[in-house]
Amino acid sequence: MADNSVPGSEGPGRAARIGFGLFWIYVILYFGFIALVLFRPDILSSRPFGGVNLAIASGLGLIAAALLLSVVYMVACRMVESPGGNRR
Amino acid sequence: MLYESSPVAIAIFASFVLAVIGLSFWLGRKGQSAKGYYAAHGEIHWFINGIAFAGDYLSAASFLGICGMIAFHGFDGFLYSIGFLAGWIVALFVIAEPIKSLGKFTFADALDAKYNSRGIKLSVAISTLVVSIFYLIPQMVGAGDLIMPLLGLPHAVGVILVGVAVTLIVVTAGMVSTTWVQFIKGSLLVFFCGVLTSMILSRGLTVNTGSLEPQTRTVTPDGRVLVDGEPQTRNHDLRPVGTLAALPERYGDATTTGPLGPLEYLSILEDSRIVTWSGKKSTDSSGTHTVYTPTEKAGADLLKPGGYFKGLTTGKLADKLDFASLMLALFCGTASLPHILIRYYTVKDAAAARKSTVVGIAAIGAFYVLTLFLGLGAMTSGALDPTSTNMAAPLLAKSFSETLFALISAIAFTTVLGTVSGLIMAGSGAVAHDLVENVLGIPMNDDEKVRCGKIAAVGLGIVAMALGILFRNFNVSFLVGWAFNIAASANLPALVMLLFWPRTTKEGIIAAVTVGMLASLGWILLSADTFEKVYGLSRDASPVPFSQPGLVTIPLGFIVLIVVSLLTKAQPQGRPA
Repeated sequence: MADNSVPGSEGPGRAARIGFGLFWIYVILYFGFIALVLFRPDILSSRPFGGVNLAIASGLGLIAAALLLSVVYMVACRMVESPGGNRR
Repeated sequence: MLYESSPVAIAIFASFVLAVIGLSFWLGRKGQSAKGYYAAHGEIHWFINGIAFAGDYLSAASFLGICGMIAFHGFDGFLYSIGFLAGWIVALFVIAEPIKSLGKFTFADALDAKYNSRGIKLSVAISTLVVSIFYLIPQMVGAGDLIMPLLGLPHAVGVILVGVAVTLIVVTAGMVSTTWVQFIKGSLLVFFCGVLTSMILSRGLTVNTGSLEPQTRTVTPDGRVLVDGEPQTRNHDLRPVGTLAALPERYGDATTTGPLGPLEYLSILEDSRIVTWSGKKSTDSSGTHTVYTPTEKAGADLLKPGGYFKGLTTGKLADKLDFASLMLALFCGTASLPHILIRYYTVKDAAAARKSTVVGIAAIGAFYVLTLFLGLGAMTSGALDPTSTNMAAPLLAKSFSETLFALISAIAFTTVLGTVSGLIMAGSGAVAHDLVENVLGIPMNDDEKVRCGKIAAVGLGIVAMALGILFRNFNVSFLVGWAFNIAASANLPALVMLLFWPRTTKEGIIAAVTVGMLASLGWILLSADTFEKVYGLSRDASPVPFSQPGLVTIPLGFIVLIVVSLLTKAQPQGRPA
């Protein structure tokens, strides 16, 4: 992986690795959803929670997951970039 | 349908435009440096930049297009929302920080940071211009389309009005005023969509028994418009459509639910029966006839995939690949759009770039959740125009009050202003900074750089107005899809490989950008959709198996980059992975 870090600091390099990990989590969620839409739309029509169907629930879930992962990333970056984080 | 122009809409729109132009002159009153013009001095606060991301990104296609698609076709419109938001994950986790660290004013700066190659600057500047222009056309055409029914002005006036306003905004204070216009637009859009959604929920669902007689609109060879055989007038026009036929059985004889919570609203709609309308076109010697007919459907069928993307239910492989390709292009396209990428240069450091992206994701995500309610609210509002999916959101507002209609219409115009100013800014940087200064090698001092950028912005503004008028009858949704596909195919492979593959060479980048751009553009021009809807030819004449190119041309960009990089000498700065 290319080193995008600022010289003298480990922070952004580690932040990039965290970001990459979170990116792959979202890739699995997003393309898993697309695979269901393509190959098992019947599952998305089901209503396992009683109220809204799985298509709407997973669509709203993907939007919520994007926000959740981005907040996790921001907090994680703050931790690794703090002086204590760099020494760890 | 014919619309009455609304003086309130004209007043709100005019006051907004005058206010932002006034703000732009105020922001641009001091002399400007190149860093100020192109990157707002890198001093924009991350929160402001985050909302400006939303203002930049949420174009007329997002607001009007997605609401309309949900209102007429159900869940499938929401798939666009999901794909458009998912693209921000690539932007945040992969692109944001490196592009901030590598670049200065433009996307070409970042790609070229390690190589100092004229070839890279040239190919990336051209791809920036191509993507920005393809994105500009639908915005300008959309502006003209909106202004006709709402303000009672001709199409060309709408295009020129937006073009002049945006050019003034960009020329007065460059990225500073562009940022503030986008911030104001982003805030207004999310806030008022939130207000409209809360009104939908507090109104609940009501059974509406409108007439279910088919309606016919005819355009005669001499250009007259007939409705059911009689000339179209305000008193004899197509009836508004989109109604709720029946509530769930548990409601018995009740015809209204009263106020509902968000999930309750969706759940009840799923158990209800809804009447949607679709049009079928035919042509004979008396003109072109479109017959609009109603179909009563179960809510559960409208809230599952397959209403718009018919391929999801037909089981044909080519149709499935077409859908997969679109969703891939939406995922990869966002982080490759030059007008989005330049916004990373307006904040002070990588941490601010990251924080502003998170704010952008929150605002854009909230907006896309609201689009679901706006679309479904419009679907059952009894106010839809059967001839225009794009009018769904403003007409939904009209079902509440004329003032809200005026306000939402004015916000739809500001949506165009915010996005177009970002696009002109990106194009101005590509012409002045990349092409004139770096490719042609014309030395410029700071003042000259700003002057050159402003001249480029005026030129692009004129080009945008001309294209908006020329492409008037063009199906605008194509062009947004084209822009995403071209951006993802041309820019993403180069950007990702530059960051993560040390053996990437300048020749590899130039080849990937050029091949990705030409292959995706060529594929689109040869696709069945373009054959049918643009050239008016048979779909079967198309030589490509499906219409959306991303599934083929994005991997092609990566393969070309890898092969060309391996064939050309590796750069000495390559480090072990």
